[in-house]
Amino acid sequence: MPQFLVTVAPREPDARGEIVHLLYLLAGPALEDGAVAYLTTALLHDPVVQTARWTRLDRASLAAEAPPEAAWVLEIAYRPGVTDNEGEMVLEGARRLEVPSLTLARALRRHLLPPRSDPAARAAELAIDLVQTTFTYAPGTRLDERLAFYTLLATTPEEGRPIVATAPLREADDAALLRISREGVLALDLDEMRAIQAYFAALGRDPTDGELETLAQTWSEHCSHKSFKARVLYRSLAEPDADLPDATLYPMLHRLARGQVEIDSLIRTFLMSATHEVLARRHGNASTDPAPPADEWVLSAFVDNAGIIAFDQEHEVSFKVETHNHPSALEPFGGANTGVGGVIRDVLGVSAEPIANTDVLCFGIPDTPVAELLPGVLHPARVASGVVAGVRDYGNKLGIPTVNGAVLFDPGYTANPLVYCGTVGIAPRGLHPRNVSPGDAIVLLGGRTGRDGIHGATFSSIELTHQTAVTVGSAVQIGDPITEKKLLDVLLQARDARLYSAITDCGAGGLSSAVGEMGAACGASVELTRVPRKYAGLQPWEVWLSEAQERMVLAVPPANLEAFLALCSSEDVEASVIGEFTDDGHLRVTNAGAPVVNLSMEFLHHGRPQRVLEALWQPEPQAPTSTPDATPPPAEALLRLLAHPNIASKERIVRTYDHEVRGATVIKPFVGVALDGPGDAAVLQPLPHRPAGLALGCGINPRYGRVDPYWMALAAVDEALRNVVAVGGDPQRTAILDNFCWGDPRLPDRMAGLVRAAAGCYDAAVAFGTPFISGKDSLNNEYRDAEGNRVAIPPTLLISALAHVPDVTRCVTMDLKAPGDLLYLVGATRPELLGSHFAAIAGADLPAGAGLPRVDLAAAPRTFAALHRAITAGLVRACHDLSEGGLAVAAAEMVIAGQLGLDLRLDDVAADILTALFSETPSRFLVEVRPEDADAFEAALDGVTLVRLGTVTLEPTLLIRAAGASVLALDAGALRARWNSGLDGMDL
Amino acid sequence: MSVPKVLILRAPGINRDRDAALACQLAGGAPERIHINRLATGAVRLADYAMLVIPGGFSYGDHLGAGKLLAVDLIHRLGEPLQRFIADGRPVIGICNGFQVLVKAGVLPGLHPPSTDPAVAPRVTLTDNESARFECRWVRLAPVAGSRCRFLEGIERPIETPVAHGEGRLTVDHPATLETLRARGLVALRYVGEDGAPAGYPANPNGSLDAIAGICNPQGNVLGLMPHPENAVLPQQHPRWSREPPRAEGDGLIIFRNAVRYAAAL
Repeated sequence: MPQFLVTVAPREPDARGEIVHLLYLLAGPALEDGAVAYLTTALLHDPVVQTARWTRLDRASLAAEAPPEAAWVLEIAYRPGVTDNEGEMVLEGARRLEVPSLTLARALRRHLLPPRSDPAARAAELAIDLVQTTFTYAPGTRLDERLAFYTLLATTPEEGRPIVATAPLREADDAALLRISREGVLALDLDEMRAIQAYFAALGRDPTDGELETLAQTWSEHCSHKSFKARVLYRSLAEPDADLPDATLYPMLHRLARGQVEIDSLIRTFLMSATHEVLARRHGNASTDPAPPADEWVLSAFVDNAGIIAFDQEHEVSFKVETHNHPSALEPFGGANTGVGGVIRDVLGVSAEPIANTDVLCFGIPDTPVAELLPGVLHPARVASGVVAGVRDYGNKLGIPTVNGAVLFDPGYTANPLVYCGTVGIAPRGLHPRNVSPGDAIVLLGGRTGRDGIHGATFSSIELTHQTAVTVGSAVQIGDPITEKKLLDVLLQARDARLYSAITDCGAGGLSSAVGEMGAACGASVELTRVPRKYAGLQPWEVWLSEAQERMVLAVPPANLEAFLALCSSEDVEASVIGEFTDDGHLRVTNAGAPVVNLSMEFLHHGRPQRVLEALWQPEPQAPTSTPDATPPPAEALLRLLAHPNIASKERIVRTYDHEVRGATVIKPFVGVALDGPGDAAVLQPLPHRPAGLALGCGINPRYGRVDPYWMALAAVDEALRNVVAVGGDPQRTAILDNFCWGDPRLPDRMAGLVRAAAGCYDAAVAFGTPFISGKDSLNNEYRDAEGNRVAIPPTLLISALAHVPDVTRCVTMDLKAPGDLLYLVGATRPELLGSHFAAIAGADLPAGAGLPRVDLAAAPRTFAALHRAITAGLVRACHDLSEGGLAVAAAEMVIAGQLGLDLRLDDVAADILTALFSETPSRFLVEVRPEDADAFEAALDGVTLVRLGTVTLEPTLLIRAAGASVLALDAGALRARWNSGLDGMDL
Repeated sequence: MSVPKVLILRAPGINRDRDAALACQLAGGAPERIHINRLATGAVRLADYAMLVIPGGFSYGDHLGAGKLLAVDLIHRLGEPLQRFIADGRPVIGICNGFQVLVKAGVLPGLHPPSTDPAVAPRVTLTDNESARFECRWVRLAPVAGSRCRFLEGIERPIETPVAHGEGRLTVDHPATLETLRARGLVALRYVGEDGAPAGYPANPNGSLDAIAGICNPQGNVLGLMPHPENAVLPQQHPRWSREPPRAEGDGLIIFRNAVRYAAAL
């Protein structure tokens, strides 16, 4: 097959001073010189800024090429079988230009390296070995190898004979069962394998590979949350808590304090039951509650692909947050990219239009020395830049604004970065169908199926060569946002025309779990040869299990099928009828008629034996508290806190996300005079002609989790609520989501932390009256260090909040507004510096008595309600919540954003100045109030701890005094410079 | 006066079509979001519309240069009706990706007719931002005195709108081309600082030559611009509404109102 190479060179070096060529490998049995010349000119280059040339790929032509001016040439391409969106678009362009002779196109990058560079090191920096392959040569040399490299890239797999294998399960003893599980990467334990053995023994046959895989996927931690549904035996070896708070407000803390407790399913006991309790209480006082009765508000919790609440009489909003941690560790761009794509499909899976994305990212310390990295672990700075680029690419391309999030750095995330991706959707009420009927067609919509993501990340330990890529494909996936955008466009039209009867996304477990779930109540039959493939050579079980991206599965009634397929075709979206829903209670899969899977839905969904897990709570003794001789002076401490990467400005990242698309972002991520102040929560006005809005906030603080995950959970809920309340969200109409990222739940210490965090979720949600509507867990975030020790990530709970805003024109931002205004501290301050960011910069030296931040569940809900009333009444000009770094950091941020000063006295905040400045006691805000509104504001906050700290000044200086003396005086310029320096040196 | 029908072009990867439709509706037009395939198959005729907007997005993923593939698509499948639409003097606005499409299709600056003939080399392009990053931020735009663009009437002071792009730096093949653009009144909008004068980064967010944010064709009825006036049509879309005196409407609406009025008068 004739092959050609088109070289596109920039006329000028790029922003980094480098020259990078774009190479296109073009091939086709009938491809001729003229066609290549035409494509080069009309499609492949921009003559204003680029030059282009092309050559036939044979030895003589390559030898005749003018060698590029470089010491070394490094060429990078995606491995065969890995999604190559750019190559696909070359083919698309050739079709538009009516050049059918082009049948294969691959995109490469060519880096020209200067003398004294190390090509191998540069290749390692630029390419991700798992998905990309590189070739290095000195200009003019290695012609034959170069030709072989290009030929390899142009290789397409051949169709093989389909094989359905069986596993000899019936005759296996326990050791053999475990071996089958391990060797098949099934991740099933002995009890589960025995249950499967018994099922097939009763049938009198052995399972096929497809059946074992289907069971393994459906019963996986990811799909069935078996640890969260396990029976847990919890024991505590902690000293009894001397100041255990009120049992009516902290019931689950008291339950755990009994020392030995058995819990039947964390999800039911702590999360679903919290929602149930919140709704029951709302119903109880529905007559005095201005919000709709509970069941009119929470429309779907823990049932659908995303949680759903009512927005107004005609609309509902949905919210889902997912994680994509392991893929992001291996291939940061692709992992984060497909993470965003996946959660967007969750929202499409409840028939909603995505209107906002959130993302919370946890990375290792950006300046970690390379020598400290374990083999195979990417440097945190590289993970960060890849993940940020991946989030940006997918969200921006789908036209979904990325409006809220957080970025955290901790050494515990070096080997296991966390990538939380969230999507909010809106839909007309009552348009999401959930009624699969036997006879409905099973339609697979969107992208084609390849080997993408089979067994997820387990292939990471296999060395991939070009042969591996051809035969096992890629474990890590590259997203294709434009295919998903097309999918989104037709799905919303199909929804409005009521063409489908059920829908779900095709995520983990691929078709096996999508079809298995949709047909759980009736039955389903699928013929695999009807599934469109990206390339030949896939085995039946691979088609069935593939986690290829950008696919959705729909149930379409026969009467609507023609209209549905015509709609898809009109916008070039591929739709295939792959089977139908049945009424026999079985999942049947065939390949060209030959059976691949035949399982009863009952066994598939209810046959898994409940797990039993042990939890042992044995807290470390709390950090010593000593006199703060070594602590930096307050001004220095504040500047260091502002530059701490967790606190410092993330503007460099956030500006690369489109937060304006859709035009609904009425409170933006950055606010203030120069739009450089950190907003507490984003506010959307989803319907341009109605005043109601949605506030989005998040809470996360793994530093507290290291001490006690129970109090971390309360702090995370409190922070998420603080965020939304600070901008004007209604705390009585706020729904929350839980996302746990943890270590191995089979280790009793990890499980004990998980129990405590889940218990904290219950106590917080019930006290605040905020129901959980959705949640997800990502467990087994562990790695083995050089000595073989297992190290887990810090226990990390993300709480995301979605609050109703009655009228967005009443929203407030955190920037100081006018000199002469008063500044109040709302909420009580306690010496809670343990786990604080002050402790992080000051070492372990803390004032005597410093404890972990504890949410006062009696005071906090009252505080939030009162502040919300004051904001709604227009009494608040600026409001900022106190979080990492405490009062001093919050005040500094208000000064930076408002370009005004503050003159504050802290005598009434706390006796100890470090506590007053840096304590991270939750449930607190700084609030700016006009002098003429002071009485009304104080009256509105009656019963809430309130300290009048001082005034807003014209001079942009943060002046803090206590006991008659100046504690610190820093001008806005100095504060801003440090706050903007925290991510310096990172390539984001 | 009749309500002009506005065709908002949809295509794979276009994503600010609803935003553009809202702006046109607020400006008094009757927007319809139409997929390019419906125009190509003849199900819908461009000639039945009074105005065309090519919205922002990432058409076909922007993989072969921003807007390139949709430009190829547009010229190949709809070149003739589009040429007639423009020659009839009907208003066309290309925003962000839509601007990139119009430039790569050769419709803008329109110094010679669009062509797929390799011999007719384009002289203007939009390429990678100087910062080499996608950036989303608010900018100030000032109309250029003497511009032929028909949609800038009544803009008395710089208007504020967001930008959100990675390939918005306008550049030319030769300095003489810039002189031609200026001399023929084809430069429509410039990025300016708080003082109203053309300014550097970040006021000029992409390093565009001569701080050019938008250009028009010699007839003045085709405007392309990188910023998003359609995301600055409501008061609360402004990033400092919470600290500034109330606005009646967003700054960007005036451009759509001018275009719709122009379309209605045809």
